[in-house]
Amino acid sequence: MFSSRKICLVIVAILLAAGGLAGAAEPGSFGYGRVASPAQIAGWDIDVRGEDGAGLPPGKGTVDRGADVYAEQCAACHGTFGEGEGRFPKLVGGVGSLRDERPEPTVGSYWPFAPTLWDYINRAMPMSAPHTLSADDVYALTAYILSLNDLVPNEFVADRNSLPKVKMRNRDNFIWTDPRPDTMAKPCMNNCVNAADVRLSSTAEGRDLTPRTTGPLDTMQSK
Amino acid sequence: MRPDPLRSKAVLSDLAGADAPLGRRRVLGLGAALAGSLAFGSKPATAGPAQASPPADAPWSQSIGAGVVDRPYGRPADTEASVIRRNVPWLTASAESSVSFSPLQDLHGIITPNGLFFERHHAGRPDIDPAQHKLMIHGLVERPLLLTMKDILRFPQITRIHFIECPANGGMNWRAAQMNSLQFSHGMVSCAEWTGVRLSTLLEEVGVKKEAKWAMVEGADGAHMNRSLPLDKCLDDCLVVYAQNGEALRPEQGYPLRLVVPGWEGNVNIKWLRRIKLGDKPWHSREETSKYTDLMPDGTSRGFTWLIDAKSVITFPCPEKPLDGPGLYEIRGLAWTGSGKIRRVDVSMDGGVNWQTARLHEPVLSKALTKFTLPWRWDGRPALVASRVIDETGYVQPTIAELRKQRGSNSIYHNNSIQTWQVKSDGSVFNVQLA
Repeated sequence: MFSSRKICLVIVAILLAAGGLAGAAEPGSFGYGRVASPAQIAGWDIDVRGEDGAGLPPGKGTVDRGADVYAEQCAACHGTFGEGEGRFPKLVGGVGSLRDERPEPTVGSYWPFAPTLWDYINRAMPMSAPHTLSADDVYALTAYILSLNDLVPNEFVADRNSLPKVKMRNRDNFIWTDPRPDTMAKPCMNNCVNAADVRLSSTAEGRDLTPRTTGPLDTMQSK
Repeated sequence: MRPDPLRSKAVLSDLAGADAPLGRRRVLGLGAALAGSLAFGSKPATAGPAQASPPADAPWSQSIGAGVVDRPYGRPADTEASVIRRNVPWLTASAESSVSFSPLQDLHGIITPNGLFFERHHAGRPDIDPAQHKLMIHGLVERPLLLTMKDILRFPQITRIHFIECPANGGMNWRAAQMNSLQFSHGMVSCAEWTGVRLSTLLEEVGVKKEAKWAMVEGADGAHMNRSLPLDKCLDDCLVVYAQNGEALRPEQGYPLRLVVPGWEGNVNIKWLRRIKLGDKPWHSREETSKYTDLMPDGTSRGFTWLIDAKSVITFPCPEKPLDGPGLYEIRGLAWTGSGKIRRVDVSMDGGVNWQTARLHEPVLSKALTKFTLPWRWDGRPALVASRVIDETGYVQPTIAELRKQRGSNSIYHNNSIQTWQVKSDGSVFNVQLA
């Protein structure tokens, strides 16, 4: 006589065989790992989409509150008003500089989507303790940095509805397809250029920018 | 029997061409060598390297060496101590969000040793316990999964050789020749044999919903570094790997798990991979809007320029490896392309007036470094040495002038232009650009 336990095992075996026959296109054919529960997914699921803010959590933050959080968490590296410190990035300025010889890409001049700012602060800042700020504090910081860049008024309140509506200055200047190859040289073999025209346009000789490549690591200072 | 440290130092000073071959250290060293030989009951050494004339023995030929597992992991010879990754301290704000460069001038094959593979971290190198590391795959899938490292190791294995290049490799040369070094001008490319599981295998396991068009891949480092990738690329040739050149990934390279996206810019090869989410649109994260986009002269920006175009560089001679005087040499170099295999490499000694086709060395693999060589009898006159690669799509590596015509010089990334080395009559070598 079959015990109910044995019948169960037989059913499981048949199901497993059916899974195997179904081929790799059927989900779960190897059966490794555990199905992620909704609670587990909620814990890991931190991403926010730039274009429409999909993924932004509940919460909100004002410009004023953001100024306080910023002074405590961000000013040491990014400067009191986002002007940057040392070689840490500037958060403001550079508006209208993108065609210049020395462009300054910042949140105000370059970033196309405001929710991306929330996402980046949330996932990576502050640098020494990433992903430790509350959602409200991240909203407040986002509001403050946007206001430093004159992208929102001082009374702006950042939340999941308001952030995607912020019109960023460089929003329409990105091309999201790759137009390369953008050079189409032909492989000439002989007398390709006039030998008399070959001249140096620049040389690294004597520039004193290069760390040494022998001996211990070079700790040369900032140029 | 351990080698005598004093004797080792004497050997080192000989190799380094010490000014005073009979200095105090050397006398001490020979004494130690003699004592060592006597202790073994063999004949004392009678001739040191200073008197060497054939037939002759060096101290290391007249004594016993170190036993097995003297160095249980192994390490390079003491005299190779300079062959290390190096960084440019003035280049970045902090070492935790910085880059190191592979010493290409001292490497000889297409495989980069694991300890020399270039590094780029966005929030420092995390040291992860593999027992606690998990990969979550969710979003537009039938069966969201949480996989442990043990689970991932059970999937069918695949091994492939691919290069990884940071798109900022050569970025310092966009405006002008700046770094007088092969290591610092081209060292953000490395190549390894990767072992893991096809990403397509994992995606088939979770069941991709038909609305899914994009994947967001995310690391477990402090940057929670993330990028969007088109699903087609994920299903084509991407790998989720745990081993590099036969051993577990190094922490600097994403231990215990990373993504390899063959032929695409380094930053999409997410290290310390912890999450893959499928969606219907790209995410436009900070790393794909404010960074890793190409600012064009007209003020527009190219996003999603993932592909590494064909590129090559001569690794000998180079600024770190000058010529010893006129005579026969072998020009050596490396070529790579994200578009598949290398078809041909040409080399010029006269700044691009005339070119000769180099020999490609097997194996010539898709999206891997390929080695090339060409014999060269140097007459001692100044020369401008350069290489130009053509890949299997017919794409020809451009000059810096051609590239600037299209992209200006503010794009930072994707400088795949021809590299010219100036050889002076004394054999010294400099990084130059041609008008």
